[in-house]
Amino acid sequence: MKILETKNLTKRFNGVHAVDCLSIGIEKGSITGIIGPNGSGKTTLINLLSGVLPMDSGEMIIGEAQKLTRILPHQISFYGITRTFQNVRLFEQMTVLDNILVVVTERNVFSAFFEKHTEYHRKLAEEVLQKIGLWEKREQLAINLSYGQRKLLEIARALAMKSEIYLFDEPFAGLFPEMRKVVSGIIQGLKQENKTIILIEHDMGLIRELCDYIFVMDEGKLLADGKPDHVLEKREVIEAYLGE
Amino acid sequence: MEYLIHLAILFSIYAMLGVGLNLVVGYTGLLSVTHAAFYGIGAYATAILLTKTGAGFFASIILGMIVAIAVSFLIGIVLSKFKGDYYALGTFGFNTIVFAIFLNWQSLTRGPLGIPGISKPELFGINFADNLNFLILALVSLGLIYFISRFIVNSSFGRVLKTIREDEEAIQVFGYNTLYFKLAIFVISAAIAAVAGSFFASYITFVDPSSFRLMESVFILAIIILGGLANLRGSILGALFLILLPETLRFVGFPADIAAQMRQVVYGVILILLMLYRPQGLIGEYKL
Repeated sequence: MKILETKNLTKRFNGVHAVDCLSIGIEKGSITGIIGPNGSGKTTLINLLSGVLPMDSGEMIIGEAQKLTRILPHQISFYGITRTFQNVRLFEQMTVLDNILVVVTERNVFSAFFEKHTEYHRKLAEEVLQKIGLWEKREQLAINLSYGQRKLLEIARALAMKSEIYLFDEPFAGLFPEMRKVVSGIIQGLKQENKTIILIEHDMGLIRELCDYIFVMDEGKLLADGKPDHVLEKREVIEAYLGE
Repeated sequence: MEYLIHLAILFSIYAMLGVGLNLVVGYTGLLSVTHAAFYGIGAYATAILLTKTGAGFFASIILGMIVAIAVSFLIGIVLSKFKGDYYALGTFGFNTIVFAIFLNWQSLTRGPLGIPGISKPELFGINFADNLNFLILALVSLGLIYFISRFIVNSSFGRVLKTIREDEEAIQVFGYNTLYFKLAIFVISAAIAAVAGSFFASYITFVDPSSFRLMESVFILAIIILGGLANLRGSILGALFLILLPETLRFVGFPADIAAQMRQVVYGVILILLMLYRPQGLIGEYKL
C-alpha cells in the first residue's frame, strides 16, 4: 500500500525548477531513500511534503485517499507526518526536556493554558530521551549540547510525535560512528514498528544497508528508482551523483 | 513620605506594563513597540467613563480591557503577516495611528487639551483618593497580574510561546498553529497594559495624548530589556530601576544650572554600560 505519493509535484524558485513534475510513491512500512547530488531538490521535496514550502502545482496523496494541493506546516502532524531538518533546528534556549515535552503536550490554545505537563507526558519524554541517551542531560539547555547530541535530540523530538511517516533529512551528517549506530538502530526500530521512513542521505553504504527502495533526483527530476543495489549500479546514476 | 508613595505608585504602574510586555517580547520573541497605545486606551477608557458617565473605576477598568482586547485582536491579525524587524515596524505604525486618534478625535478625547478631573477609585466604602490606599490597590493589582502571568508562562501555553521565539517554523511542523498563540498572548498583554492605563489615569487625574507617544512604548521596552527578557521578576526589577534611577540622580550634587542635563547624561551612560556588560538585562534569560 502506498502511504504517500506525489503526482507532478513542482516547485520553482525564480524560474528554476527545484522540483520538476515529480511523481513518486512510498510504500507503507518501508525505508525509502532519496538521493542525488547537492541542489538536486531533495530537501525542497521534504519541505513540500511537510508544508514548509507551498507547492506550485501537482499534488500529494496521503494513504491513497487524501489528495492535497496545499498543506500548511501545522497540518502535517494531523496526517501523521513528522520531520527533522537538514540544519538542526532545536528550541535552543529551552531545556532538553522541554524540547520534547512541547511536542507531546496540548495543541489547543485554550486547553494549553490550563495544562502544564502530566506524568504521562514526562514518561513519554523520558522514553525517547533514554532511547537516544540524553535523559541525563534533560535539564541542560539545548544550545549547550554538542553537535551530535543536538542532532540526536532533534531525532528524539520527531520520535516523540509517534507519527506514521518520518521525514529524516540527513540524520547521519556530522555524527561520530557510535552515534550513527544509535540513529541507524532507531530507524530500523521504526521500520519494525511498521512506520514509514523517508531518508535523505549521502552515505551510499548506509543507503544500501537501510533502504528498501530509493529514488534518485537530479535537477528536480526523478532520474531513477528501484532497489538500492540495482539503482546504484546504473550508469546515469553514477554519472549524475558522482560526476563520473 | 508622600514622595516615596508617589514613586511606588509609578513603579507599580510601570511594573504592570513591563510584566505584560515581557509576555510578548521576552517569552514570545515579538518585538512590539505599540504597548503605549493599549496603555492609552485603558487610560482614556477610565478618563471618559469616570468624567462623562459617573461609572465606577472598576467598571472603567473592565471597559478599558474590552476595548484594548478588541483593538489588539485586530492589530494582532494584521501583525501576524509580519516577521522580525518588519513586525517591530508594524507595531511602530500602530502606536502612531492610535496616538493620532487620541490627538484628533476631539469630541471623545478633547485632543491635546486632554481630560482633567478624573476621580480616584472607591470600593466598599474605602476611598482610594488617599495615596497610600491607592498604592496598596496598585500593588495588589500588580501582584494579581504577576501571578496570572506566572501561571501562563509556566503552563504548556507558555512553553509554546518560547518555542515561537526560538523557531516558529520548527514548532509549526509539530502541529501548532502559532497564529492563535501569538494572538492570544498579544491580546492578554494589551489587556494588562489597559489596566495599567486605568491606574495611571485615575492616579494622575488627567490624561492627554502626550503620555502615550511612541517614546513611552520604547520606555516600557527599556524596562523589560534592562530588567531581563523572559523573566517576570526582571520586569519588576527593570521598572524599579528605571523609575528610581533618575530620582536618585537628583541627590547627586550637580551644579544647579546643568543638573537636569547631567542627570540625563548619567542616566544614558548607565543604560549603555548595562547593555554592554549585561545584554540579557539584570536577571534576563534571553537576549534579543
